[in-house]
Amino acid sequence: MSKKPQRAPLEYSKSFRLRAWIFGVLLFLYAPLLILIAFSFNDSKRNIVWKGFTFKWYVKVFENDALREALFNSLIIAVLCTIFSVILGALAAFVLWRFKFPMKGLLESGLNLPIVVPEICMGVGVLMFFNKIHWPNDLPWPISLSQIIIAHITFSFPFVAVVVRARLESFNKELEAAALDLGASQWRAFTDVIVPHMTPGLIAGALLAFTLSLDDFVITFFASGPGTITFPIKVYSMVRFSVTPEVNAASTIIIVLTLIATAVAMKFQDTSPNKENA
Amino acid sequence: MQNWFENKRFFWATMLAPTVWFLAFFVAPMALVWAYSFGENAGPVNIAITGTFGNYAKAFRPEILQVLSDSVVLALIATLICLVLAFPVAIAMTFADDKTKSWLLLLIMLPFWTNLLIRTYALIAMMRTEGFINFTFAFFHNIAVSLGFNLGDYVPMELLYNKSAIVIGLVYVHLPFMVLPLYAALDKLDRSLIEASLDLGAGHLTTMWKIVVPLALPGIAAGLVITFIPAMGAYLTPDLLGGPNDLMIATLIERQFKRANDWPFGSALSFILMYVTLIFFALRTFFEARGGKVSAH
Repeated sequence: MSKKPQRAPLEYSKSFRLRAWIFGVLLFLYAPLLILIAFSFNDSKRNIVWKGFTFKWYVKVFENDALREALFNSLIIAVLCTIFSVILGALAAFVLWRFKFPMKGLLESGLNLPIVVPEICMGVGVLMFFNKIHWPNDLPWPISLSQIIIAHITFSFPFVAVVVRARLESFNKELEAAALDLGASQWRAFTDVIVPHMTPGLIAGALLAFTLSLDDFVITFFASGPGTITFPIKVYSMVRFSVTPEVNAASTIIIVLTLIATAVAMKFQDTSPNKENA
Repeated sequence: MQNWFENKRFFWATMLAPTVWFLAFFVAPMALVWAYSFGENAGPVNIAITGTFGNYAKAFRPEILQVLSDSVVLALIATLICLVLAFPVAIAMTFADDKTKSWLLLLIMLPFWTNLLIRTYALIAMMRTEGFINFTFAFFHNIAVSLGFNLGDYVPMELLYNKSAIVIGLVYVHLPFMVLPLYAALDKLDRSLIEASLDLGAGHLTTMWKIVVPLALPGIAAGLVITFIPAMGAYLTPDLLGGPNDLMIATLIERQFKRANDWPFGSALSFILMYVTLIFFALRTFFEARGGKVSAH
């Protein structure tokens, strides 16, 4: 047992076998994505032999009207979903944090349901619901996205509520009491004292909602009317038929967008929950 | 915390919007699905809610039971593979210094934030007959042939559109779900117990098996549940990586709505999936309560 005396007994992260294992797992996780990104710059339709660097697939993506329209739709949906989810999520977090009221437990655990329920069940529910209330399918363009936006808000705002709630736990309630003592109205104390404290949570929640909305396929698949195409739905129909560098390029765009959103979110979250968990 | 009636106006102002939204766009649709699961097709577009249990009975037909058991078995295999892959990673994260720890955490979580569809597509691009894996094998095959081995032409392996492809896809997608609860549990472990075990002469593997694993059991249970549930309800993975007959419960549900047009049966299947999910989450809460606070967040 004394083959490696230079390693302290609990420094497992320095063990060679463990490092090899981690390397293997990371390779499994990243190799497909990195290859996908690399081949979006490959100057060959065959997608497997490197022929040289090119941006032409990206140009093709932007010249492809259907794809560009789908991307644009997805971004509009994501932005609107983010705005509403942040407002609803912040209000929900605040109410649960601040007040005692009848059936509070029911609302609190109920709000967790959209997080745990399988996507397919929610998708089915949304499809049947809009069908039942005869939501018109032939509305003019931006309003025709409303079904998808409503569905996205419904599954996003509970996530925002969780993030904002975690942030509120660190709020010193005496600050609000002080503001009220000094003559601020309840509403003023909320906007001037509590909301500023919430802000990092709001930003993290916003980016979470944005990513969730941009990512969602299953629920959108069920919520969308026949004429509306979002980016994941368009990619889905392309993926079903073939593997092309154009899909690689489109995917890379989405990966980069999500990465940026995630990086910003982590920066803002860094100050609160992560540190407490470490 | 304040009682709501001490500040009624402010309470209503903040409570009303999220609650109404939740009731209107989540509870109402789910209630509708629940109601329809006791209904029957009455004509091409109408569904009569007759209170029948026939749709649930249908789920016990052999061909449907087969799909349900396939879903459970595939998700279970994927979950166990995730556990085996993730455990050493979680161990390394637990005992690494802070910087390595946060880097590993980030590297594990990053794919998680990448679009599910794109990750599945990346796997397809790797695994198809003219994909990267077959390309690599063909390359070595051709070298062997040029060295004089008589192997004949390279026949590409059919890696996609079967049950193994589904399992690989499920593992690929759900691995981060497993790492986080394991790490959360291991991080709270009392290290002196491990040191004591090593001091008293047990080897590293014995210590893992006899000390670390039993103590981390609540975390392992939480990880199993957190991974198993979404894996079982996965739609895209079996749809894109499986063959036409490799159905899982979510693809079966989708067919009832988009192809077979049997909404009541689809609703019943959805609720079966919901009930199973909720039971497992209740189990998870139970394990959490037993093992102190072990959470994924």
